[in-house]
Amino acid sequence: MTNTSTLTNAYNLPDSKGRFGDFGGLYVPETLMPLVLELTQAWEDAKQDEAFWREYHSLLKFFVGRPSPLYFAERLTEHFGGAKIYFKREELNHTGAHKINNCIGQILLAKRMGRTRIIAETGAGQHGVASATVCARFDLPCVVYMGALDVERQKPNVFRMNLLGATVNPVTAGNGTLKDAMNEALRDWVTNVHDTYYMIGTAAGMHPYPEMVRDFQTVIGKETKQQIMELEGRLPDAVIAAVGGGSNAIGLFHPFIDDEGVKIVGVEAAGHGLDVYNGHAASLNGGRPGVLHGNRTYLLQDDDGQILEGHSISAGLDYPGIGPEHAYLFDIGRAKYVTATDQEALEAFQLTSKLEGIIPALESSHAIARVGDLAKEVGKGGIVVLNLSGRGDKDIFTVANALGQTMSGL
Amino acid sequence: MSISRIDARFAKLKAENKAAFVAYIMAGDPDVEASFEVLKGLPAAGADIIELGFPFSDPMAEGPTIQLAAERSLKSGTKMAHVFELVTRFRELDKETPLILMGYMNPVENMGYDGFAKTASEAGADGLIVVDCPPEEADGLTDALDANDMALIRLATPTTDDNRLKTLVKRTKGFVYYVSVAGVTGVKSANADSVKDAVARVQKASGLPVVVGFGIKTPEAAAAIARVADGSVVGSVLVEEIKNSLPEKAPVNTKVLETAAILAQAVHSARL
Repeated sequence: MTNTSTLTNAYNLPDSKGRFGDFGGLYVPETLMPLVLELTQAWEDAKQDEAFWREYHSLLKFFVGRPSPLYFAERLTEHFGGAKIYFKREELNHTGAHKINNCIGQILLAKRMGRTRIIAETGAGQHGVASATVCARFDLPCVVYMGALDVERQKPNVFRMNLLGATVNPVTAGNGTLKDAMNEALRDWVTNVHDTYYMIGTAAGMHPYPEMVRDFQTVIGKETKQQIMELEGRLPDAVIAAVGGGSNAIGLFHPFIDDEGVKIVGVEAAGHGLDVYNGHAASLNGGRPGVLHGNRTYLLQDDDGQILEGHSISAGLDYPGIGPEHAYLFDIGRAKYVTATDQEALEAFQLTSKLEGIIPALESSHAIARVGDLAKEVGKGGIVVLNLSGRGDKDIFTVANALGQTMSGL
Repeated sequence: MSISRIDARFAKLKAENKAAFVAYIMAGDPDVEASFEVLKGLPAAGADIIELGFPFSDPMAEGPTIQLAAERSLKSGTKMAHVFELVTRFRELDKETPLILMGYMNPVENMGYDGFAKTASEAGADGLIVVDCPPEEADGLTDALDANDMALIRLATPTTDDNRLKTLVKRTKGFVYYVSVAGVTGVKSANADSVKDAVARVQKASGLPVVVGFGIKTPEAAAAIARVADGSVVGSVLVEEIKNSLPEKAPVNTKVLETAAILAQAVHSARL
């Protein structure tokens, strides 16, 4: 399992135009087109290069700390009383989330292309921290665009990025959240086309990013497959993950797409509730197809095609779009997408902390909020794997605030 | 009319040995009525072609000036229906000045390509520029515009090489818009010398007039471009005048139309 090209999936999207059925594609300003086509070519070359993947896997092992364990969440299993629940422990990775898997791959590609400057967007700051981390490790300057509101909400991560040598540029345009940060990163890229590499943090955006980010994240699903065979001698009955842009989810899901016996479940953020206008971040369950940030996908938008901000207590899920491959899996029915509200995520956050001794990220807490239903549906004797995509230390302020507690001096 | 309106305008200018002054404003900035006052005054101020922006919440290729214009427009409640109303009302007053709609893909997708093209054409628009729709994604939209006698105007940029230019000019009509700087609107400054060769290259590949925009800030710069291209596009400077007039109680259109007239004069006299 050193090379993505050894994937045995009969499923082989995207096509050469970057399409997953009706979704994906390449909707970018003309100034960026030659760059994006160059990036696509560089990615195609790297994909076939064993030395590239050797370096990627070596870094994942010694720098990131992979493979991450597949852990039997015994007390949570007992609590729900259904199928056995396993956690894929991505929160134990260096920097505390799955984001680093992608950044390792992309920094190697950026170096291969001779780029000398890295830009990235970030919402909660996890991708920003992972980007700053690999840039420090590879001695490249890093500029992170972050919505001004998120800079305020996620001060510890801003400090981390600065400590790692990155420049954090607060974005005041729009409402100052993730989508505005992405707009600003794209503006930077259009302006600095000759030396800059744009390190997108999720499996969204224009081709080849949805495919490339996925392929760097499928290490999650491939390890899971091997580990569950060792532990249980068979594939799981279901896999489940939270979905914002969707990179942790597609990383777990993708290696299982051809395994028809494995249910695939994504959990979107329902925020204040799906029935609250502009009050959730569930692009599939509460949006419709459109074009944003370089790809055609499901979007939160008003009647006139203007993008809505959406809302989730989890800054990492607070994005009005979703990766195009999820849009496709949703449309063909291969994956099922359910939702969890802010309140349900908060309860799951506390439950997991108390029962398992693991403080999960608010993003992952959305998946945990639905894993009980899934475990019951699958039933006793069954196996469910949940992607514990990140750790929750970054969220303690948000959670304390939501619970009406204050943490002075922090 | 429509595409022939664009062709007729360039033919007339060519006969007079003049470059086109292309003026951009955002529909609904600061509100629908005020933007109509600006729009209807532009031909008399010397605009040969008008680019009417339709607002989008996430304008990823715009500098701060046009971003804020889109925000003002949306905040005042502008819908696509208002944009088409503006075009209809303009067309009742002016049958000859080409009007090009300019914006982003999602509002177009939202109406459906056929719906957008039909509505825009019936209102009296002659062409469309979609910033985030490269040729690779444009077939369906081009079919719809063709069926409604509207031109899909393409953007060529400093990063467009000869090979790419061939892809780019396929199915292009009316004119080609050369983006003079790699960047967002209204930030870097265009340089006529470096633009000259690029314009000639695009003219040759497309067989169409080439207008230049994205960084023309002064009458002098507009005139310098007019000497090497078929037209100078000015947007951010005009939009900035609209913004500057807001704190004052004076009508929004006064200063922006004065500025447009000065720019038009510079462009029209550039080759004398």
